[in-house]
Parts: sequence; structure tokens; C-alpha cells
Amino acid sequence: MADVWITIAALIVTSMMIRASGPLLVGGREIPPRFSGVIDLLGPALLTALIVNETLGGDGSIELNASIAGVAAAGAVLLHKRSAVLGAIVVSAVVTALVRALT
Amino acid sequence: MPVAAAGMALAISFGVLAQPVMGSVAPIVMSAFVFAGSAQFGSLAVIAAGGGPLAAITAGILLNSRYVPMGVALGPSLSGGPLKRMIKAQAMVDFSWAAAMRGGGRFDQRFMIGATLPMYVSWVLGTAIGVLSGDLIGDPERLGLDAIFPAFFLALLLGGEAPGSRGWIPAAILAGAIALVLIPLTPPGVPVIAACLAALVGLRPKAMPPPSEPEPEPEAIGG
Repeated sequence: MADVWITIAALIVTSMMIRASGPLLVGGREIPPRFSGVIDLLGPALLTALIVNETLGGDGSIELNASIAGVAAAGAVLLHKRSAVLGAIVVSAVVTALVRALT
Repeated sequence: MPVAAAGMALAISFGVLAQPVMGSVAPIVMSAFVFAGSAQFGSLAVIAAGGGPLAAITAGILLNSRYVPMGVALGPSLSGGPLKRMIKAQAMVDFSWAAAMRGGGRFDQRFMIGATLPMYVSWVLGTAIGVLSGDLIGDPERLGLDAIFPAFFLALLLGGEAPGSRGWIPAAILAGAIALVLIPLTPPGVPVIAACLAALVGLRPKAMPPPSEPEPEPEAIGG
């Protein structure tokens, strides 16, 4: 049990430090124009990596699972209508649950 | 807000999974003060598999490390002194950070904090529900809830500010490829932070001579 609390205490401190570090590193400075394109692309890069990681990433291996079908279905909804966020989320859960139940 | 509901579902599953490993109080404390889904699930998995605290802490730090580049991007958009900015940065979670992007390297700080607050409440509340209800709920994956966050990130990717930025498709494809290649090769957390490097395709050339002016003198390079 002590191990659990040591882990939690360390993660509380490090999480706060990690979140604070970015703004501390750049201070109040403006990002040079050269880099503003990089900042804009950080969003798409991070989001895609999270999608791949959460859909395919098992414990250190690529895992084919039902959520792939769910996320693909959400993608189809979004390509049809980009603003259909809620619809896409509901479809992803329903399709994933269905595929999981059938396989 | 659908995302707060999805967050709560995820938090409930964290509570259900953590209770047998950590007891009833620790998961709630963790959600209230660590407030980072991937780091919490990652370190829980290490402990549940019999790993020591050092391995669990390392996993959590790796999974949180993406907040460094995210914070660098966010930094100039935060107002106030250094302390105030560091406190505001604590409201950084994936979805509110991405949803607060306004293009041109700017973020809407009020929007980000406003989007995080309901998420925080549902995260802590959901963990408590999960801890207390345990077996009643069963496996959240049966309901397909694990697909909700990637689906939401996809909605942000396709419908947010991203399609407005030049070169977002090559950056996204490169990032996805980096993550895909590294998932089997590296510890969890590394693929996502390494994929952030894909954003460097947006770097503009150092010398951009305006077309109307004569070419600038080439920089003196030794040798």
C-alpha cells in the first residue's frame, strides 16, 4: 500500500511540474513567426498520435480490436458532416459495442 | 457536454479497475490531484501487474511528457505573471487544449479553462462512482466507451482549427506513422511524444527574403 501512495505522491508533483514547465520555459515571450506553423501543426500531430495510440495501442503492441470499427464509423459520420461531434461519439460507442458483442 | 460524459465513463472505469489494486481512497485522491487519464491508467497497469513504484512513476511521467510541448505551445497565450501562468497551465488536458486552438499559434485560455472545469468535476466524481459501485458496472469496454475519446479526437482533428493550418495532412499522417511504428518498440507514452516531432514540418525557412527586395547577403559561414 505504501508503494501506491509513493506512486501517487510522485505523480501529483511531477504532473504539476510537467504542466507548468511549458509556460515557464517560454516565459511571456511571443513565439517567433518561424515556429507558429509548428505550433499549429502540433494539434493535428498530437491528435492523430492519440487516435492511433488509443485505438491500436495495446500494452506495448498493436492490437486489432473492435474500437477500430467504432472510430472508423465516427470518421464516416464526420466526413459526412464535420460538426456532428455528438453523433460521431455516440456512433463510435454503439458500433464498438456491437462489433465487440458479435466477435 | 458529451465529452464530460465520456470523461466520466472513463473515470468510472478507472475507479472500477483501481479499487481492487489501490483501495478506495487512493484512486479518488489520484484523480483529484494528478488529473491525467493516461498517466493514471498507465501507472495503475504497472502496479496491477506487480511492478514497483519506480516503474509506475516512470510510466506516468512518460505518459504525461506530451504536456511539455503542449505547454510550450500554450505558454504565450496565457496572461498574467509566471505563477499565474503556471497555475492556468494546470487546466491543460488533451481535449480542452486541442479545442482551445485558434490558429496562428494562439489559444483561447478562457475557453480552455472553461472546458476543463466540467471535465474535472466529472473525472473526480466518476472515479468515486467507479470505486463505490465496482462490480455493479462491470466492464466499460462492453459498452464501447473506449472508442469515445479517439472518436472525439477525430472530431477535433476534422472539425476544429486543424484543417485551416497549412500542411496539417502531412503532419497528421507522419505523426500517425511515427506512433504506429513506435507502439511495439517503446514504452507507452513515447510514441505520442515522439509523434509531436511531426509538427516540425510546419517550420518555416530561416531566411525568407521578401520578393520585392534584393536578395539578402548570405550569412558568413566559417571556412
